[in-house]
Amino acid sequence: MRLNKLAAPDVSHKVILYIEALSVSFDGFKALNNLSLYINDGELRCLIGANGAGKTTLMDVITGKTRCDSGQVYFGQTVDLLKHDEAAIARLGIGRKFQKPTVFEALSVAENLELSLKTDKGVWFTLMARLDSEQRDRIDAVLETIGLSALRGRPAGVLSHGQKQWLEIGMLLVSDPRLMLIDEPVAGMTAQETEKTAELLTSLAGERTVVVVEHDMEFVRSIARTVTVLHQGSVLAEGTMDQVQSNPAVVEVYLGEEP
Amino acid sequence: MSQLTNIWGELRRGSNTITLFVVVLFLATLLASLSNLLLPESSALHVSTYTITLLGKYLCYAMLALAVDVIWGYCGILSLGHGAFFALGGYAMGMYLMRQIGDRGVYGNPDLPDFMVFLNWDSLPWYWYGMDQFWFAMVMVALVPGLLALVFGWLAFRSRVTGVYLSIITQALTYALMLAFFRNEMGFGGNNGLTDFKEIAGFDLSADNTRVGLFVITAILLGVVFVCSQLIMRSRLGRVLVSIRDSEARARFLGYRTDHFKVWLFVYSALIAALAGALYVPQVGIINPGEFSPINSIEIVVWVAVGGRGTLYGAVGGAILVSYAKTRFTSLVPESWIFMLGALFVFVTIFLPKGLAGLLKQRLQRDNNGDSNGHPTKLTGEAKA
Repeated sequence: MRLNKLAAPDVSHKVILYIEALSVSFDGFKALNNLSLYINDGELRCLIGANGAGKTTLMDVITGKTRCDSGQVYFGQTVDLLKHDEAAIARLGIGRKFQKPTVFEALSVAENLELSLKTDKGVWFTLMARLDSEQRDRIDAVLETIGLSALRGRPAGVLSHGQKQWLEIGMLLVSDPRLMLIDEPVAGMTAQETEKTAELLTSLAGERTVVVVEHDMEFVRSIARTVTVLHQGSVLAEGTMDQVQSNPAVVEVYLGEEP
Repeated sequence: MSQLTNIWGELRRGSNTITLFVVVLFLATLLASLSNLLLPESSALHVSTYTITLLGKYLCYAMLALAVDVIWGYCGILSLGHGAFFALGGYAMGMYLMRQIGDRGVYGNPDLPDFMVFLNWDSLPWYWYGMDQFWFAMVMVALVPGLLALVFGWLAFRSRVTGVYLSIITQALTYALMLAFFRNEMGFGGNNGLTDFKEIAGFDLSADNTRVGLFVITAILLGVVFVCSQLIMRSRLGRVLVSIRDSEARARFLGYRTDHFKVWLFVYSALIAALAGALYVPQVGIINPGEFSPINSIEIVVWVAVGGRGTLYGAVGGAILVSYAKTRFTSLVPESWIFMLGALFVFVTIFLPKGLAGLLKQRLQRDNNGDSNGHPTKLTGEAKA
């Protein structure tokens, strides 16, 4: 287990994530039903859909938490994600932010970031590991970005809900992932924080690929170029926000509830 | 007085727990040993050999508590079967001591321990070979419990067995071993276990000097284990362990193979427990299957809970305090100890979830707040279990 020598994903066809005919069922309930989805390298994609549409299950399958019944998930042209476990997928450069902010509350803000660094994650390495100056700078820079520099030494448990959200985004950033899966980043944030988050996510797209699951339509509108609507475990529609919003099927099942 | 405030200051700083612990342990050991060896028995300050052995026993318990604290306090693995590793380490040492008896046994058989003669065995079972060599026995002290922990941990943690299920299977493990060791056919002395030891590495076990020597060695090794464990918990590895304790799924998504970390830690902890067992046996003079009994393993957990988990010194303190209380109360009212132990556990769980160490820390922090030259509180992974 040397430093992650795993090759970068082969994105020669511009697609970084292939999801094909994916099905997952729990006790007969089809959480994902023959779902196919392609995410381009460097894009910022928003996934929307009502509760139970399968958004979180989809993330669980991509990150190795849930096994699927059938289908394929490829990272680039060559890496079959279904053959890897959570840790291996994380090492490949797929980072995830959870719906409920999960930071390590007993550890300090800076230590949370330290554990997230892109580095060897083996037992012996971590026993001997010391932060080098480059990693220190990286942590400082991320702390600056997420606005938690002043709180670096405090335990993450004392942070407010919004700050925890930011810390988790920071944990993603510091790990320098190729693909970021972000579940409801602005839940519980103030309008100002939401705006800042939107800015950050937009700036990340390009060199990284960002997939965002969000309920806040205004937020989605402010960041998304392409929106995918999930419904009952399948893709219902895909396109720009305007296209999606005028799609009759979408209006009926999802946006129809809103005036 | 200024000495005292100095120590108090050290304690407050928290970062110097290691130095403070080692100094206290060293001084206490030195004082007890010297007053046993140098002061006449008539002196009021004389420490009897009985007390020295008792202290040595407490230190073994302290080391065992430390082993449990390392996995439970820092990584959330509640083992209710750590007595098994302690007992296996003890048995390995016991086998060595048994072979040192030679022809001084009741039956005077130079080749076989007494219980084998009694069972009419005519030769030594293969697994007793080599146990007459000190170095070989010491390798076995580490190897047998270490391998068991490795296999058990690998199976349990790979299958992601956690929480109460893990606790139950550790309990089953020690119970199964107890039943096995009770059987005469196993060749470990059945329910009588191994006893009547005469000497260790050529030193007479009944001599005061040997007793004090064993006590001092136990203290030194406890210090070494404490320092090693502190250093591990302060490394990044320690922080990964805390992150596994608080959210294992999250740690996996950061790229950590949490099962590897848990197996590694479990083996480390089992080795400490085995070492404690090996030091315990020559001091108390017996090892029997009772050491495997589930209640023993639960008692260790109570020590750690009382002392405060996630703080290594807390576990050590808890083990010594509760063991002392046990010594006292079992001589006063023998039957009631088990109820007291239960009551103590309930009390600590409800009123002192962070144990005595938590109470101490709270006091210190309160003092610190009113302290103008107060050192900034250093927050590391420890103690916030």
